[in-house]
Amino acid sequence: MTRDDTEETAAPAADGRPAGRWSVLFERGRQPGDGQGPTPDAAAGRGPRRPRGVAPEANRTNALHPGAWWVWALGLGTAASRTTNPLLLALLVGTAGYVVAARRTSAPWARSYGAFVKLAMAVLAIRLVFAVFLGSPIPGTHLVVTLPEVPLPDWAQGVRIGGRVTAEGLVFALYDGLKLATLLICVGAANALANPARLLKSLPGALYETGVAVVVALTFAPNLIADAQRLRSARRLRGRPDRGLRGLLHVGLPVLEGALERSVALAAAMDARGYGRTARVPSGVRRTTAVLTLGGLLGVCAGTYGLLTAEGGTYGLPVLAAGLAAALGGLWLGGRRTARTRYRPDEWGVRAWLVAGSGVAVAALMTAAASYDLAALRPGVVPLVAPALPLWPAAAVLLGLLPAFVAPIPKEAP
Amino acid sequence: MIRFEDVSVTYEGAAGPTVRGVDFEVPEGELVLLVGPSGVGKSTVLGAVSGLVPHFTGGTLRGRVTVAGRDTRTHKPRELADVVGTVGQDPLSHFVTDTVEDELAYGMESLGLAPDVMRRRVEETLDLLSLADLRDRPISTLSGGQQQRVAIGSVLTPHPSVLVLDEPTSALDPAAAEEVLAVLQRLVHDLGTTVLMAEHRLERVVQYADRLVLLPSPGAAPVLGTPAEVMAVSPVCPPVVELGRLAGWSPLPLTVRDARRRAGDLRERLAQAPGGAGPAQLRVPAQRDGAGRDGAARRDETGRKAAAERRDETGRKAAAERRREAAPQGVRPVSALARLLRRGAPDAPTESPGDRPAVVESLAVRRGRIEALRRVGLTAAPGETIALMGRNGAGKSTLLGALVGLVAPAAGSVLVGGAVPHRTAPRDLVRRVGLVPQEPRDLLYADTVAAECAAADEDAGAAAGTCRALVSELLPGIADDTHPRDLSEGQRLALALAVVLTARPPLLLLDEPTRGLDYAAKARLVTVLRGLAAEGHAIVLATHDVELAAELAHRVVILADGEVVADGPTAEVVVASPSFAPQVGKVLAPLPWLTVAQVREALS
Repeated sequence: MTRDDTEETAAPAADGRPAGRWSVLFERGRQPGDGQGPTPDAAAGRGPRRPRGVAPEANRTNALHPGAWWVWALGLGTAASRTTNPLLLALLVGTAGYVVAARRTSAPWARSYGAFVKLAMAVLAIRLVFAVFLGSPIPGTHLVVTLPEVPLPDWAQGVRIGGRVTAEGLVFALYDGLKLATLLICVGAANALANPARLLKSLPGALYETGVAVVVALTFAPNLIADAQRLRSARRLRGRPDRGLRGLLHVGLPVLEGALERSVALAAAMDARGYGRTARVPSGVRRTTAVLTLGGLLGVCAGTYGLLTAEGGTYGLPVLAAGLAAALGGLWLGGRRTARTRYRPDEWGVRAWLVAGSGVAVAALMTAAASYDLAALRPGVVPLVAPALPLWPAAAVLLGLLPAFVAPIPKEAP
Repeated sequence: MIRFEDVSVTYEGAAGPTVRGVDFEVPEGELVLLVGPSGVGKSTVLGAVSGLVPHFTGGTLRGRVTVAGRDTRTHKPRELADVVGTVGQDPLSHFVTDTVEDELAYGMESLGLAPDVMRRRVEETLDLLSLADLRDRPISTLSGGQQQRVAIGSVLTPHPSVLVLDEPTSALDPAAAEEVLAVLQRLVHDLGTTVLMAEHRLERVVQYADRLVLLPSPGAAPVLGTPAEVMAVSPVCPPVVELGRLAGWSPLPLTVRDARRRAGDLRERLAQAPGGAGPAQLRVPAQRDGAGRDGAARRDETGRKAAAERRDETGRKAAAERRREAAPQGVRPVSALARLLRRGAPDAPTESPGDRPAVVESLAVRRGRIEALRRVGLTAAPGETIALMGRNGAGKSTLLGALVGLVAPAAGSVLVGGAVPHRTAPRDLVRRVGLVPQEPRDLLYADTVAAECAAADEDAGAAAGTCRALVSELLPGIADDTHPRDLSEGQRLALALAVVLTARPPLLLLDEPTRGLDYAAKARLVTVLRGLAAEGHAIVLATHDVELAAELAHRVVILADGEVVADGPTAEVVVASPSFAPQVGKVLAPLPWLTVAQVREALS
């Protein structure tokens, strides 16, 4: 699309549509003067214009709340757990994969997506291998192959090694494995798209210091690996073999020593920069905080116990709710002790609502579809039939693509 | 702003106080430099200002330290965080978050500043330290100079009235160091920040200081005064001050500019001195006739010859350059070798490349998609000392890594004593090449010096006691049962050097050997390395220290972005560059003297 058509299509939108938050949402950082067409130098300075309806480039201000990504991914995961239809599952994987491809950054955590995909494939393969060698409870008539069966003693009844492998059993295992694999891929997508450090920063004030500790630990792990590599190569300089397990074991102690020294240096630096400064709060508030937190946690325990035992069904839920409320109250009061403020926290804006909402919508629609027409979502394996793509659930899954259009576009790697 | 009242600090288990009788005051808006040999307690004095000594380190502090009216006895470091900003020696262990912008905001978050104030100060600080382009970058991807600037920025944002810095420029290349110092000067001049810092590389910082506090020896009372006064009595001083002392100038010049204005008569005296064409150049000793230690007359002659050679070498080099460009790729090694032979001892018979300690030809190294080195050529002759220079990240350490086989070449070839390093078993390789890494501690595993030496003998297959004899030579008076971690920076370097030398490698590589060394330790290192070169070891050192390169190197190779941009005799390469020229070279330019030792010799 050339720049000129873009202008033509963009101009009526800017004039005709009410300038509400939605029109703002779909347009890319428009300048006040843009409605009248770009001045020559402004157009030259901005380079090729993106077509209308494209999200803005990501920066610190419009960054999507990491929680929104998690809600979206968990929504897709919930949807995946409601169906075994391979076509729907493939559609879910495709949706998650497309969004990751469109909105992934070049950050180190974003590379974890590939690892999750490999893990999912491994899970699928293991599920199939088990179905082949350990048999499957699914009765089937289409024989694929008969493996030699290992004779087992009587006490191992119900366990089988080898024997008949039927197409029905394999297909059932495939559907089942695909469900697990899809769940893993959804979690992987959330991991790749949401910045873990920023997610931890969204913790309530009282838990902030724990969050910082986790962030520090997260940055320490790569340092530890780098140290181990450096010391291993230093072994080579001493004329000792630098490969093999022995080489790794020998550098273990120096690596830990180095990590310890660095932690002490970091602790000193953090102390000198005001980590752990607390505001003075009245002793009454302090005591209330302790009582609320402890009581709340006890309530949560008792409530969960009540829910899980048969006879506690009546008091379980209310006690759990009260316990949760008290614990949250305790956390909120505890937050008053820390004087710290937050620098540019991620805002839960319209885009975050849309991303999270699309995930929730997929989950809700799929759950509704499961109660309405279970057969379409769980295609039978006995007798063996080709799965059909149910139209409405498939359309619902496609809602999960919304983030690929509304989430801000990450910058190119520097 | 900072007041020390008769302070002494004794650490637990120490025989006596580390510092004693520290009593001085730093007024607001001054830049005060803490100088002294290593191990005199500079870091202790700095730590006392931020309250980390004794709250964090333990030990007993007698006397009183007050900062902006707050007594550090009653205020913990975190309660001083709004008035004191501290940056330690290693910026990497200072960072709490993962991106530049978050790091700048971290201190303010802890102090509970309002969000709009934080935002404004982060933007101001990004501009002040020219970090705006890096705001979203992960800190681990930044260069050393950038990290140091981020570390300074991260303590500046809470607007502390006092800034405490421990060796802010030691790990930086000359240009990055100037960048950091310019920022500090701006803070002092524009914002009235009080700065107290310790630094070994006095040649970089002494001209910025308003006053100096000298700690002459461990446990001795500090000496205070203006830089010129203190430098006159200081056991540590930069080359320009040493030159001033030699020439008898008073008051002592602290900057190259001051010295140049006084140096007119010195230049005249040097021009009339015997050997007036230039100092005796450091020459690759020709092994066969032992020319490494010839008499004064001979040196005089070589000096003249060197000067003459230098004059016509430029022309010859240009011609060689043209030939090289015209020649097809395959011919290049021959001409490179020929050039080297001509540069080296002229009477040396032609040797095969296998006898050379190191031959690197059109080497390329890749790290992922980044080309760390491109078409690098380097040849080291026995007895030659080569200094590799260039900014942080230019590929110096990678080149050294390729020479010891830690890095496999993507193209081109590396031969060390005729062997391909990354395919040679480590046990054989140690007899051909030895590397002392940037952090000498990486080489040391054992918990006593004696055990370390025994292990080194075994690794190298040398006779028992070889390493210990080397240690005693390099480091007299070190007990067998000392733990390597308790050694000072310089002692640890010497121990690592002894370990590497146990296998008698003809090629010795050193990565940033003078980081954290004081002038005395550096002088000892120079003597040791000169001795090794005279014995026929080829030495390649990667360094930012221009003074060290001027004292030691026969040849300087400058790398930039993984390519060799200059390769030639030290005097030529170094004088041509404003950031790589040593102070004496700048003062005496256009005369070719580079070090105080050369000038002293010429005058005597």
